[in-house]
Amino acid sequence: MSGFLNWIEERIPMMRVANMHAIQYPAPRNMNFWYVFGFLATIVLVNQIVTGIWLTMNFEPSAERAFASVEYIMREVDYGWLIRYMHSTGASAFFIVVYMHMFRGMIYGSYQKPRELLWVFGMLIYLALMAEAFMGYVLPWGQMSYWGAQVIVSLFGAIPVIGPDLVVWIQGDYVISGATLNRFFALHVIALPLVIVILVFLHIIALHEVGSNNPDGIPIKHKKGSLSEDEKTKYEIHEYYTAKYDIADDVVPFFPHIVLKDLVAFSIFLFGFCYIMFFAPEMGGKFLEHPNFEIANPLKTPEHIFPVWYFTPFYAILKAVPDKLFGVIAMFAAIAALFALPWVDRGRVRSWRYRSGLHKVNLLVFAAVFVFLGYLGGTPQENWKIVASQIATIMYFGFFVLLWMYSKNETTKPVPTRIPR
Amino acid sequence: MRKYLVAAILAFPSLVMAAGSNYPLDKAEYDLTDKASLQNGAKIFMNYCLGCHQMQYQRYQRTFSDLGISDELGQEYLQFTGEKVTDYITTPMPAEGAATWFGAPPPDLTLVARVRGADWLYTYLRTFYVDEAKTFGVNNKVFPDVGMPHVLEELQGTPRETYEEVMVDGEMVERYVGIKTDGNGRLSAEEYDQAILDLVNFLEYTGEPSRLQSEAIGRGVLVFIVVFFVFALLLKKDYWRDVH
Repeated sequence: MSGFLNWIEERIPMMRVANMHAIQYPAPRNMNFWYVFGFLATIVLVNQIVTGIWLTMNFEPSAERAFASVEYIMREVDYGWLIRYMHSTGASAFFIVVYMHMFRGMIYGSYQKPRELLWVFGMLIYLALMAEAFMGYVLPWGQMSYWGAQVIVSLFGAIPVIGPDLVVWIQGDYVISGATLNRFFALHVIALPLVIVILVFLHIIALHEVGSNNPDGIPIKHKKGSLSEDEKTKYEIHEYYTAKYDIADDVVPFFPHIVLKDLVAFSIFLFGFCYIMFFAPEMGGKFLEHPNFEIANPLKTPEHIFPVWYFTPFYAILKAVPDKLFGVIAMFAAIAALFALPWVDRGRVRSWRYRSGLHKVNLLVFAAVFVFLGYLGGTPQENWKIVASQIATIMYFGFFVLLWMYSKNETTKPVPTRIPR
Repeated sequence: MRKYLVAAILAFPSLVMAAGSNYPLDKAEYDLTDKASLQNGAKIFMNYCLGCHQMQYQRYQRTFSDLGISDELGQEYLQFTGEKVTDYITTPMPAEGAATWFGAPPPDLTLVARVRGADWLYTYLRTFYVDEAKTFGVNNKVFPDVGMPHVLEELQGTPRETYEEVMVDGEMVERYVGIKTDGNGRLSAEEYDQAILDLVNFLEYTGEPSRLQSEAIGRGVLVFIVVFFVFALLLKKDYWRDVH
């Protein structure tokens, strides 16, 4: 057996890569529950790809057959309902874990130097994920699929000069039609998953180059020769890391320690996931919207058009601005601001544990505002909500403005050089 | 701090959409395990609804087998239009004609329970009332100006709005209290409610035929995950014992 493994190893670095990037990767030992969402996101990605492959075996991407083929999967394909619910619940689960993952990065300053590119790759994944989810939602060809697509695609029409032509180019028709459905299918099952998988690969490569951050924001890699033997970790860490740095006694190897921790988190996550999937796959109309059980009808506009819950914060920002073009700009600026976070935050202290009270309040208010915007964008319009969404939009951008202003000369607590025991 | 975050996350799924109509909906206490109720619902559907509405995504055979009806009995008592038992449940009414006669083609009902919800259907089918101004002589409380005649009048009797006189600020005003029939239907008020509940139960079933199977598998899966969690946690604790 070992002879066979050696034969392989001499031809492709299987064990070397496994040791370097998984088994003997140094992970800070103080990583808490916030650090499981990257792992969970990977699990959900695999779930989406596998169930997606099985769904395509029976899904028919045409305006005439799409809706009926989904019901065919739900009724006549063996366990088709399970595969479909795994995929639909997985879509929402993906955004839940990704939002948690992003907020983790924000509270512990994981986007700060030297992890700027890591953050940017993550944001690119988020962007690709939004496109992927949007196009996937169009495929069942229900009322919300159709009218949601109508609303989102028409946003591009707000762009001056090229807007109207751009909309036709995206739709492949003068209206949302079977042609649109076909191209969204191609993008959803091939183009975007490929982009996402490549970006995830780059995200992980970038992570392993700079190393994992931790809740204290304290580096675990120290200059070569700066630590005594006592201060160095006793665990077996791959020489890729130990050759360049002294690894402090603040780490655990990824396997088995982090893997087991992730496994515990995974079972908790899976419990919630399976509960929703088996008992409430519609999640009260949030994961699968009620009007989407009605086939798309271009002549019948639904009473209310909402995007799925994970887009509603941005939808609220769009609606908060009276002018369509500026609304679209505000919506994209809301995402662009997140991209710029590593440069907006001019502080040197990473974790909110050692930063000012103002920073903590700013982060929590931002999180609350984001959730509130989600509520505003996902419920029927009322008068008070117009003003509320405008205030919330200003507060959303206010987070970045405030952060930029106070982070330069922020009063922070002294940061220990080693992770506190 | 963490407490607030968790609260914020938990609050998110509970932001439920408001219902479309203001009329208060009655709770439909349907029971998917009640085969007799489902069978009666299917009988009402095939006799009264299928003339106009179809269930084009659902097959007769699957329905019969899920409801505990043999193919032979089903074909004899529930199939009237000479299709095969393996066919989809389609209506003989031509779609083009239907659009002309009713203003809009009667919607497919396979998934109507998932679009409208059981409570909406249960209330809708019990709140038709006489309104001579309308084409079919009836109107509806939940779905005002609906283009559907009161097909179940034969069962319910002629439904009328009833009012009571009450004193408000020293003035007598009429207040709507509900729908009462002339008592000329084949069913009593209670029997009619039960019949509608059976029909709603059946529509709930066709909306998602896999529901009971899903919950049965789900219970087993959740138990397995709990057991798995305990072992994963113990293993994790064992490996992490010497870390802290």
